[in-house]
Amino acid sequence: MDVMAAKQIGAGLATLGMIGAGIGVGNIFGNFLNGALRNPSAAAGQIGNLFVGAALAEALGILAFVLGILLKYG
Amino acid sequence: MAAADPIHQFQITKLIDFGQVNLPLIGRTDLAFTNSHLAMTIAFLAIVGFLTLVTSNMKVVPGRTQAVGEQLFSMIDDLSDGIIGHEGRKLFPFVFTLFSFILAMNILGLLLTFTVTSQLAITATFAVLTIGLVLIIGFARNGFGFFKLFVPSGVPWYAIWLVVPIEFVSFLLRPFTLALRLFGNMLGGHVALKVFAGFVVALLGLTATGGLGWLGAPGAVLPLAMVVALTALECLVAFLQAFVFAVLTCIYLNDVVNLGHGH
Repeated sequence: MDVMAAKQIGAGLATLGMIGAGIGVGNIFGNFLNGALRNPSAAAGQIGNLFVGAALAEALGILAFVLGILLKYG
Repeated sequence: MAAADPIHQFQITKLIDFGQVNLPLIGRTDLAFTNSHLAMTIAFLAIVGFLTLVTSNMKVVPGRTQAVGEQLFSMIDDLSDGIIGHEGRKLFPFVFTLFSFILAMNILGLLLTFTVTSQLAITATFAVLTIGLVLIIGFARNGFGFFKLFVPSGVPWYAIWLVVPIEFVSFLLRPFTLALRLFGNMLGGHVALKVFAGFVVALLGLTATGGLGWLGAPGAVLPLAMVVALTALECLVAFLQAFVFAVLTCIYLNDVVNLGHGH
């Protein structure tokens, strides 16, 4: 197979990393809502933790994105 | 689709060229005032101007502008105080400087033609700065007790051999994830914006040359609406990434400041 074609396919496959990031971020926000609706008074204090968790999960999706960009333009 | 190349916006161009210079360790290198410099300078001036404005006419009961500044200040103050504890006051200037600079560059990146934080060199510098400070404080405060960072308390003896390498690798990965998170978020957001903006141009171009018939121009409204929605999302991301960078800086600093005794 041509190297350029393989690079394009690889960049496309790298987008699959978004599946994991989507599951992770969805889990975090879903569970936060779950907890927040049970105990709304405690929810405000956990907003910071919520976004840090979302950012940590999202970072792995971003890694996949960076790999895709590297493959396509590197 | 050459005009709609989404990567073109990240090109660094020289605005004022000073030619080549000889640097001691690096060797011959280009010296120029680039668009990256310009955007950073604007961000710097924006912060200094903003903070001067909000503190120029200080009162005990804050007015509107002063309240905005105090809100920003107290948000980061609560953060460093809440995560690091009593010692957080000393590290607050560092965290606040990083936060406000990254926030200004992120938000100005939406308005200017160039986003500084979408350059890996810039975000990597911030990450190295943060981890460098973590290492310096860690060794200055704890000496070689710093290595206790890799041995979490409460781990049973038979799990140590597994936990220590994992902790060590995760510590080594911190500067990379710190730099790549900010870089990837800004790069990805701006690429997505330009891709959808390119669809508008391409659809209108097709209509102008007679393709698609009457469908082209109304069809272009859809990607345009997407661009508007994505811009709103990017405003949130611009703030959120600066905030997350500040939170993670606090967490990493807390690890070494309060090593071994929580808080």
